[in-house]
Amino acid sequence: MANPTPRVRMPTQAKAGQVIEVKTLISHEMETGQRKDAEGKVIPRKIIKAFTAKFNGKEIFRSDWHPAVSANPYLAFFVRVQEAGTFEFSWLDDDGSVYKTEQKIAVG
Amino acid sequence: MERNCSKPSRRSLLVAGGAAAAVLVLAPRLASATPQQVTAEIEKLYPGKALAEGRIKLDLPTIAENGLVVPLNFEVESPMTDKDYVKAVHVFADGNPNPGVATFHFTPMMPKAAAQFRLRLAQTQTVVAVAEMSDGSLYAARREVKVTIGGCGG
Repeated sequence: MANPTPRVRMPTQAKAGQVIEVKTLISHEMETGQRKDAEGKVIPRKIIKAFTAKFNGKEIFRSDWHPAVSANPYLAFFVRVQEAGTFEFSWLDDDGSVYKTEQKIAVG
Repeated sequence: MERNCSKPSRRSLLVAGGAAAAVLVLAPRLASATPQQVTAEIEKLYPGKALAEGRIKLDLPTIAENGLVVPLNFEVESPMTDKDYVKAVHVFADGNPNPGVATFHFTPMMPKAAAQFRLRLAQTQTVVAVAEMSDGSLYAARREVKVTIGGCGG
């Protein structure tokens, strides 16, 4: 499977104080640990268990996930833009891998 | 034909008309959570606290055609200020192999205690959302979702 690729859709520009929607998506099987392979052995759980959003280095939102979250997890939420800066989004895998992506926002 | 987690065993139960509990226990299906387990999870998080109704808008389809990808949208009414905001929203499913689905941790920096995501539902069941406010009060909302093709991934 290709490396999980995170994708974020959000405006790159906003007015000070404006509320904008952030849409995130990451390609990931979210293997639940419930499935069995052709020989009847349980396929071990391997999911993304946490998502974190930071703005200019400060955590503003996070989410903990269980195997009931669908594969290729989509997550949309709202942020308020007060000043220009950088959003950092990260996804934490069961195996310890962290997938990250950044989005800059301009205010004006 | 691997998604039929529970339907065949229910049909055989009806046909047999026998001891319902025994058939459910013996039938080859995924173990699933129960509403009591969801209540127990909530009690573990917030021992002895009452759940009030209201303030949570919980949108889910009444009928999910595909249990692997069920869209859920929630928003909790709150001014989202430093003094009064939503701390956490927990989502549970009372008929999945495990009751927990996701928890969302908000801060007063978030303008809305809202999120949209997709979950797996193994069978028809009730999804429960519990919101914890900054003052410690709890709210809950429930929606039953009928699932035509279970998303247990088996």
